[in-house]
Parts: sequence; structure tokens; C-alpha cells
Amino acid sequence: MAVTILAVDDSASMRQMVSFTLKHAGYTVVEATDGVEALEYARSNTVNLVLTDVNMPRMDGITLVRELRQLDPYKFVPMLVLTTEAGQDKKMQGKQAGATGWLVKPFNPEKLLATIAKVL
Amino acid sequence: MTLDLEMEEIIKVFFEESFEGLDAMESGLLTLDATADRETINTIFRAAHSIKGGAGTFGFMEIAEFTHSVETLLDEMRNGMRAVTPDAVQVLLQSVDVIREMTQSAQAKQPIVTVGADALSGELARILAQKGPVAAAPVASAAAPAAAIAAAPVVAKTTPQAPIVVALANISGWRIEFVPDLTLFKTCNDPLRIFAELAGLGRLEVTAHADRVPPLQSLDPTMCYLSWTVVLHAAVEHTRIIEIFDWVETVSRISYEPIYLDAKHLESAAVVARAAPASPARPATSPEPAAVPVASPAKAGSDAGSIRVATEKVDALINLVGELVITQSMLGRFAEKYDPEDLESLRRGLIQLARNTRELQESVMQIRMLPIGFSFNRFPRLVHDLSRKLGKKVELKLCGENTELDKTVLEKIGDPLVHLVRNALDHGMELPEKRVAAGKSETGTLELNAFHEGGSIIIEVKDDGAGLNKARILAKGRERGLVEPDEQLSDEQIYNLIFVAGFSTADTVSDVSGRGVGMDVVRRNINDLGGHVQIFSTEGVGSTIRIRLPLTLAILEGQVLRVGKEIYVASLVSIIETVQPTREHLSSVAGRSELFKHRDSYLPIIRLHDLFDIEPDSRDIAKGLLVVVESDGRRVSILVDELLAQQQVVIKSLETNFKHVPGLAGATIHGDGTVALILDIPGLISNFLERQSGRVELAA
Repeated sequence: MAVTILAVDDSASMRQMVSFTLKHAGYTVVEATDGVEALEYARSNTVNLVLTDVNMPRMDGITLVRELRQLDPYKFVPMLVLTTEAGQDKKMQGKQAGATGWLVKPFNPEKLLATIAKVL
Repeated sequence: MTLDLEMEEIIKVFFEESFEGLDAMESGLLTLDATADRETINTIFRAAHSIKGGAGTFGFMEIAEFTHSVETLLDEMRNGMRAVTPDAVQVLLQSVDVIREMTQSAQAKQPIVTVGADALSGELARILAQKGPVAAAPVASAAAPAAAIAAAPVVAKTTPQAPIVVALANISGWRIEFVPDLTLFKTCNDPLRIFAELAGLGRLEVTAHADRVPPLQSLDPTMCYLSWTVVLHAAVEHTRIIEIFDWVETVSRISYEPIYLDAKHLESAAVVARAAPASPARPATSPEPAAVPVASPAKAGSDAGSIRVATEKVDALINLVGELVITQSMLGRFAEKYDPEDLESLRRGLIQLARNTRELQESVMQIRMLPIGFSFNRFPRLVHDLSRKLGKKVELKLCGENTELDKTVLEKIGDPLVHLVRNALDHGMELPEKRVAAGKSETGTLELNAFHEGGSIIIEVKDDGAGLNKARILAKGRERGLVEPDEQLSDEQIYNLIFVAGFSTADTVSDVSGRGVGMDVVRRNINDLGGHVQIFSTEGVGSTIRIRLPLTLAILEGQVLRVGKEIYVASLVSIIETVQPTREHLSSVAGRSELFKHRDSYLPIIRLHDLFDIEPDSRDIAKGLLVVVESDGRRVSILVDELLAQQQVVIKSLETNFKHVPGLAGATIHGDGTVALILDIPGLISNFLERQSGRVELAA
């Protein structure tokens, strides 16, 4: 069965870039533009992995991870946070919210794919 | 290949997004002045954050590095670690400009110049270093990229050009596109030296392109804005030309193209170009600026030739064309078989056709119409920067931004408006202390207002400043000999003096608005667009400059006039009124000119039949009609035989189809196929008055 990844980013170019890389690697990608949209989708569909940006309007990535972890089907779904934020406190917040891993932009396709392969 | 294409598309999205983000940052920063609202700072931060992330991902490291410092500063403001000071906001605004410039270069696939960024990095580092409760850590992280940028070469290096190998027997010379970086002079290079050296190889044709030259206000004399197309008529080895450009290669975009003796070599030319390593780079993730055949530099910045049209407008047009097709086919039936009984439906069809045509015309005109907001957009920033510089407090109010006008008019009205706004801030608006002393609020208000009135658009620049000082203007006018010592002038006539070239009452010349150069240019520009300017002012209360412009340059609201057998059209806007003169209102000044007493003033009479040498119905003024027209506050009366309809006419250029004729602004074609000439009223008035030697009494 195809692996579905939910890619969340408010920047269209970043979203397309992530989705482009993932699709070429054979994954199915669902895009969302912010936490609210992602959460809405996740409530009625299941995905195999969540990849989210941190800084987004309406709902940020860390809140999204925290909200998702409270949903039963998402208790064990890997969630990666992809962002330019490298601050330790943010990382801590992410961990506490339940993020599986952390990837720092600038974006490196090989590293992204390697990290995804590792957590899946 | 599709991979690259897809990447190219994504990068395009990145650029669009970045420019949107920069706009959001700018407008956010401008509102940050008054109240430091958390959500606004967040929005600005997010925009910077996205730009940095994208720039890093897509390989624009210069942009990413610089934006990083900006982001750090914003992050501290967002977290309440740093107060929002006007100083910091100013630096952030400048940073937005720098990022925008760098992004534009990246988009145009040009090397990213970091001169501006280097200068600002210092400023940012300075602000970041200023004491803040917890500012120590971020300073270090911000200083690092700043230092990294400073250490980098001033201009991104281009890969050295590989020589193009061609058989000298096949070529007649070279075409060289030479687009130096703006900072060319700072590297101590002189294009003249290069051209002189090239001329040593053979005959040289140099065409300069001035499209990068900015308006005077923003022109920096140390920058090299020009670029050149050089055609060298000499069959020489490419290496010899490269040698000459050697010194400037790192600070320019240069492309070389051999000129072949005949066309059949064109194909091999293309092959050569492709074989050269630095030729059209594949859509690249890392910008490879070397020798991407240089598109004209103007193309990168603005797409002057194209227009973005709202989808509804196009849909409306398509819909109308559909209806037109139906009407046409309905009418087409009559051509095949006509039965007199069908007359009624033929008539109905024709009415429908007329309606379709009119609607279609309106719709097509709509496509060229853009909201004036496009022009107003630049003012929040301009007013912010200027009032800061002048130490004045000004609130800008924009009204009627959605008022639409023709794209051409819109583009040409920008500079005059900037000038008027600068003037209002510099000369009109008082300093805060002075305002308070005069019993006004400390903060002045500058209002830009646009609305439609009849077939025109009115734009007002309104300030609540000191108003025009009539006494001083009049004194200056007398001093300059523009006004006779004993001459009494109306308010309007006095105000109109400021439109005279070189007229200035400013005691000190500031670098904000110039030396009285300008208001005359403003008026000329507006007149060229078929509009006119009016000034209203009350001392101590403020001034309003009111500009009236035609909605479009393609159609004219016209009054059709007849002289003998000839038909003319005059712009309705310039007509004050038309009167049937009686003899007691006519007089002539000693064989020099004929005058018509209109209200309390005497107007010269222009006999159109004399001017265009045609036979009128009657040479007796009392048997004709006098059309009183105005331009630049000068009035004359024009003698015609008859007034016909008032109607919209489509303007056809005389210059394009024939040649320029003094006194005529164009021509139009009537329904019956005859041509009517459109009078150039401002031109007629100026010409007529110039030809009259001596002073002519004019009424405003």
C-alpha cells in the first residue's frame, strides 16, 4: 500500500518542493497550508507520516503535533518538523508536543528522504 | 528535463511568494510605527522566515544570510525581548528594499549584488548589539552572518567566459551585450576605455540603453545605470574581445554573439552558442548568471508591455463577443433572402448590434483600466520615510484607491504625484512645534483622494499644512517680472505662478523637493495626458492640488464643431462655455488682435478658418459662435460656425498615420467614414499667444 505523507507548510514554494521530492521518491502526498487545515484533514483521513513547518498562521506546527497526538489514530504516526528554527527551546517544545524528529532548513532532499525512511 | 522544468515552476512560485511576503513586511512595518501590535510583528516575522527558508532551499544564499539577521531582529521584537523603535523599523524597511533588490536579481538570473546588504548588515548588527534584556545570545548569531557577508566579494563572481571558436572567414564582426553591474564605477572601471580599445579593432557601433536609469530623485550619480549593445565590425578572434572586457567581467553581464556573413550560418551559430559552456544555463537551482543571453534588463523588473486583467473582465468580454456572433448571424440571414416584411426584425437586429458594439467597446476599455491603488501604494512608504527625514509628523489617508483609470494614464501620473506629495510634505506641512503653536494637532494629515467625475478622474493631494503664502508668491512674481507692479491678480492667478519654470519661494533649498524645478514639469506632464491642475489653498489651513485627467487616452469626450464644410472635435473638458457674441462685446486692439469681452475680461479670438485656411459660412464674428476654452488657466475664444453633437470619439494618432500637425491632437473617423480633426486646445492657445507679439490681457 502506498505510503501517504501529509505535508504542511504555509509557503507554497516550500510545500511544492517537499511534495515534489516526496512524489519522486514514490510517496503519496497530501498538502495542507496550515495547522488548522492539516488537523481537519487528519481527523477524517489517516496518513502514514506528518511533515510540518513550525511557523504558520492560524495554527503553528508544534500545536498541530500536540493536537494530532491526542487523536487515537495518530498516537504512533511519525511526525517530522521541518523548519528553519534551530533554537534549542523550540526543539524542546517540539519534543514535548510529541514530534518524532526535527529537520532544519535549508532543505536537503536526500537528508529528508533518509530521515523519512528511518522513521517509517 | 521535466524535473528541471518542474523545479523552475517551483522557483517561480518562490519568487512570487517572496515578493508578496516583502510587500506584507513593508505594509506591516509601516503600521508598526503607531502601535506595536503583536500579530502584525508575527506576520512580518513569518514573511521574513519564509523568505529565508525558501532562499536557502533554492540556493540563493546571499538572500538567506541577509534575511537571517532581519529575522533575528524580528524574532526578538516578537518575543518582547526588544522594543519596537522607529530606528529599528527604519532599518527593517531598508532591509525589505535590499531583500527585494536581491530577489529581483535572482529572478532575473543576474548575480546577486550584496553591496546594500553589506551596508545594512552593519546597521542590523548595531541594533542587535544595543542593550536589550536578553540580547546577548542573538547578537552573536547575527554578527556571524554579517561578518560572513562582509568577507564575501562585493559581487558574486561569474564563471569566466569560454571563447567562442568561429572561422574568421565566416563572420563580419561581433555583437556584444554589455550590462555592467550598477557598481561598475566603484571597481574603478570606465566603459569609455573599453569602447576605445574595441574601436582599435575596427569600426564600432555603440547603442546605449537607458532603461535602468531611475527617476532623478533616486538617481545615485556614483552608479552606472547605462548598459550597451556594441556592434564591432571586425572579424577578430573572440579571445581578443574577451581580453578587453577582462577587467569588468566579474562585475558585468556580457554576452558575445558572432555576426555571420550570411544567414545560412545562423544554424551553426546556434550550435556554437550551445557548445560554449556558459551558454543558456539549464533552469538552474544555483543561479548561473554567466552568459545567459541577456534579455533586456528592463524586462526583469517590470513587464511594461503586459497587463494583468481580472478574470471577470475577460469573461464579460467573451460573453459579449458571443452575443455579437449571435446578432451577426441573425443579421446575416437578411443578406441571403430579404423580404420587406422582415424590416421590423432587421431594425431590431440593428439596434441589438448597436448595443452589443457599445457594450463591447466599454468592456474592451475596461481591460485597460486599473485601480489607482497601484499608484497610491508607494505613498505610505514615501510619506513615512520623508516625514521622518523632515522631522514632521504626518498621517497619510488614502481614499478611492479602487477608482479605475487607463493603464497609460496611471503609469504617467505616478511621478507627478510623487512630486506633489513631496512638495506638500516639504513646503506645506509645518513642523510639530509650529503646528501646536498654531493651535493645530501635532500630526498633520495628508490625503490622497481619487474619484470619478463625469468622464474624468479627479485626484486630489490635500494637506492641512500652512497653505500657500500668497503675499510671498506675489512678491516673488513681481521680483521676477512675471507680474506688473500695479497689476491685480486673482487668487488663482497667483497660485498659477508656482507653475512657472524655475519659480520657487523656498528660503532654503532642501534635498527633498528641489529648487522650484518641478511644478512646471508636473503641469506639463498632466497637460500631456490631456488633464489639468488646479490649486486651492487657505493660509494656515492647508492646500489642495486637484488634478483632472481623462479616464483614457483612447477615447475623448468631444464637442463636434463645424467651420464651413470642415468638422472638428474639441475636448469637452477644455470648453468653458459657448456664446453667441453681440457686437458690443467685440473690440479690436489697433489692428493687432480681436478681443471678446467675456464677463469681466477680454479674451483673444482665434479664427479657426484663418488658422486652417478654409472658407467659413461667414467672416462676421457676430454671425458665428465663440467657444470659450481654457488651458493652464489661460482662456481664449475660438470662432466657429456651428456646434454639432457632443459625443465620444475614438482618437486616431496623426503622428502614426501622417505626421504631427501643430494645433491638432489627432483625428477621428465618423460613422459615415469622414475624418474629423481633433483640436489640440493647449497647443492652439500657446501657439496663438506666442505669435501675438506683446502682452495680451488674459483672464484666469
